[in-house]
Amino acid sequence: MAENGKPKLALYWGSSCGGCEIAVLAIHEKILDVAAAFDIVFWPCVMDFKYSDVEAYEDGEIDVCLYNGAIRNDENLHIAQLLRRKSKVMVAFGSCAMEGCMPGLANFKDREQMLQFIYKDSPSTDNPEGVLPQLHVEMPEGDLELPEFWNTVHALDQVVPVEYYLPGCPPEAHWIEIAVGAILSGELPPPGSVIGMSVTVCDECPRTRSEKKITRFYRPQEIIPDPDICLLDQGLFCAGIATRAGCGALCPSVNMGCRGCYGPNEGVVDGGAKLIGALASVLDAKTPEEIDAILDTLPDPAGYFYRFSLAHSLLTRTRLEMEGKAPVASPYAEVPRLDPSLKN
Amino acid sequence: MTQRISIDPITRLEGHGKIEIFLDDAGEVANAYFQVPELRGFEVFCLGRPAEEMPRLTNRICGVCPEAHHMAASKALDDLYHVDPPSAAKKLRELFYSAFYVTDHTTHFYALGGPDFVVGPDAPKGQRNILGVVGAVGTEAGLKVINTRKQNHQVIKIIGGRPIHPVCGLPGGMSKAINEEEREFIEEVARWNVEFGLWSLEVFDQIVLQNSDYVDLIVSDGYTQQTYYMGLVDENNHTNFYDGKVRVVDPDGVEFCKYAPQEYADHVAEHVEPYSYLKYPYLKDVGWKGFVDGKDSGMYACTPLSRLNASDGMATPKAQEAYEKMYATLGGKPVHHTLATHWARLVELLYASERMLELATDPEITSPEVRAIPTETPTVGVGIVEAPRGTLTHHYETDENGILTRVNLIVGTTNNNAPITLSIKKAAKAVIHGGVVDNGILNMVEMAFRSYDPCLSCATHSLPGQMPLEVTVRDADGNVVDRRGQFCTP
Repeated sequence: MAENGKPKLALYWGSSCGGCEIAVLAIHEKILDVAAAFDIVFWPCVMDFKYSDVEAYEDGEIDVCLYNGAIRNDENLHIAQLLRRKSKVMVAFGSCAMEGCMPGLANFKDREQMLQFIYKDSPSTDNPEGVLPQLHVEMPEGDLELPEFWNTVHALDQVVPVEYYLPGCPPEAHWIEIAVGAILSGELPPPGSVIGMSVTVCDECPRTRSEKKITRFYRPQEIIPDPDICLLDQGLFCAGIATRAGCGALCPSVNMGCRGCYGPNEGVVDGGAKLIGALASVLDAKTPEEIDAILDTLPDPAGYFYRFSLAHSLLTRTRLEMEGKAPVASPYAEVPRLDPSLKN
Repeated sequence: MTQRISIDPITRLEGHGKIEIFLDDAGEVANAYFQVPELRGFEVFCLGRPAEEMPRLTNRICGVCPEAHHMAASKALDDLYHVDPPSAAKKLRELFYSAFYVTDHTTHFYALGGPDFVVGPDAPKGQRNILGVVGAVGTEAGLKVINTRKQNHQVIKIIGGRPIHPVCGLPGGMSKAINEEEREFIEEVARWNVEFGLWSLEVFDQIVLQNSDYVDLIVSDGYTQQTYYMGLVDENNHTNFYDGKVRVVDPDGVEFCKYAPQEYADHVAEHVEPYSYLKYPYLKDVGWKGFVDGKDSGMYACTPLSRLNASDGMATPKAQEAYEKMYATLGGKPVHHTLATHWARLVELLYASERMLELATDPEITSPEVRAIPTETPTVGVGIVEAPRGTLTHHYETDENGILTRVNLIVGTTNNNAPITLSIKKAAKAVIHGGVVDNGILNMVEMAFRSYDPCLSCATHSLPGQMPLEVTVRDADGNVVDRRGQFCTP
């Protein structure tokens, strides 16, 4: 609590797209109420506070930290650890912080592949000497430094303990309002809770679902779907059947399938596995061959099933070929996990 | 004693930007570096994915301008699948994109760039933010700004499905048509936008143009550099955000080249420096000559001012009038004063509003025909739109099943990486002397890159405040001799 009796609030972004910050703004004029109700002690894009101010706070002095963005370089890790130490309650705000989000698909690749293409092989790159970004560069006037870019994208609770989760890419405005209200009233759920619903997108979707068995998947550009019938019933991939509700089924409302940005439903450890199971129940197939034939019509299943959740899934990433070092074994190891292998 | 000034903005879109300024023994600026310390690798992790997912994948490059990536991707898919969307679909996309431009330019002018002028570059830092702007222009004006953002985000949601990270784009068109009720609302918003755009230009006129100190600052050497300018134009060489050819003019304003999206790699190449994760695009036919301006340097800028410099005018009447007034006031085309970008941004805001109204009242806009089903085999596709922060190029190659085998992206702000670096260096050289650094001076350096509206600081486009900077002055041994903050408190 600040001297004025207001709770102290911090907001920060790690590796993110900025959409979560825009989502906070999407509560429009209510942002002024938030500014009035809290003593905002750190919000780099808004407020007059810096890292040194955060370092100067007592441990646990910040009541709540809303952290968006994933962890994928040294700087992200450093600030996440700093804010964890200073905050009583840490909220993983949005899909990146909660489960790695779409940029977590980078865990299907590795750092060298990215550096090779982006700085050497891309059709517009002109780099005959093969220059790559360096952690330390000696320039005539002095040294320049860059933080290390990791192989693996991590969710926030894979590097520091987290009390609450606010799902969504980005979280919808009304859920941000609910979360802020809960913080202000002190009526917070038990630590570890997701602030959200415990049903699926299908329960919010206005389309009529008859749980029809399908014989093939269609790609979105291949058919014009009936506007009132369940997209999955029409053979269009929709992750709504295994995705937490809360968005109001926005994507299906414009004839596009859900991709799962609200994450797995309550109690589900691996969203991709759950989605595979749910989809299996709608396939009109009796033999492994028939199942294969239907799945052949869904390209890139891993990219669909783990679109938002790969970094936090049981898979975490594809196997890295490494010399003498073990890759990160499990995303569920005790936190904080500060061993050097984290970077891999 | 050699001094090093680290300016570390703690915000970013594709990374947290950072500036390192080195002073010589006399305390004059020896050099300045602009660094982008982050990489996310979309070009690589999208490989193996179905191409039609790109509008929804590349949204996540930027949560401030997801609409730009969504549209560039959708157009690249049209090209990839050799499918021509129905006319109504193209109009709907441009309508959607116009609403986005209004919100984006509004937030930059009022929340990020505007405070320097409306409140003043030397105003107390606590007032140099959106609330200071509201204080200066009145509460009613502040509510106008909030309302403009709110209404246009509603339009984006109606057409795109979601207010942030829309999902409506497909190869061959749009996922949903709009009905008459939705159209009426959009028309109402567009009419509001036109009034808002005109009013914003009046605000600029009263607060900036009628203050000779500001005009002197805009035309001063520290904020002036002569580069090539790039922008998308229609068949009449008028500025267009959604479609057309990319036109480049030289520092004298003479057309240097004009290319179709598919030809981008013939004209633009990217240079790599070891101290930044962000590459430096330049004009291939001129060549990379380092961080210098002039006709012999391939550096080009791609901002609202650059787009106006690269065009022959605006396609709507009120915006054309504003365009003519700007060039008449600033001494004709091209204008090389980077701070005039704020003015150009408001001319564009008015154009986007007028164009949005034209499209919202187009009889075809409610047509249900918004999808063409692709029938050709996908090969290679390039899509270009004009993002608010620069020409945005998406280039995809796939196998015969439309699975991505190669992806190349040249993103809005990336175009401006080299000119931003030069602008920072020029401004720093102009304002830092004898090793003296204070808050006002830092803000003057900040203003140099702020006019580009860099995506690295995308949250500051939209939030009350400015890019937070921490400046640490160290002696040659690395000991901290001074520490200054450059922040604002709403």
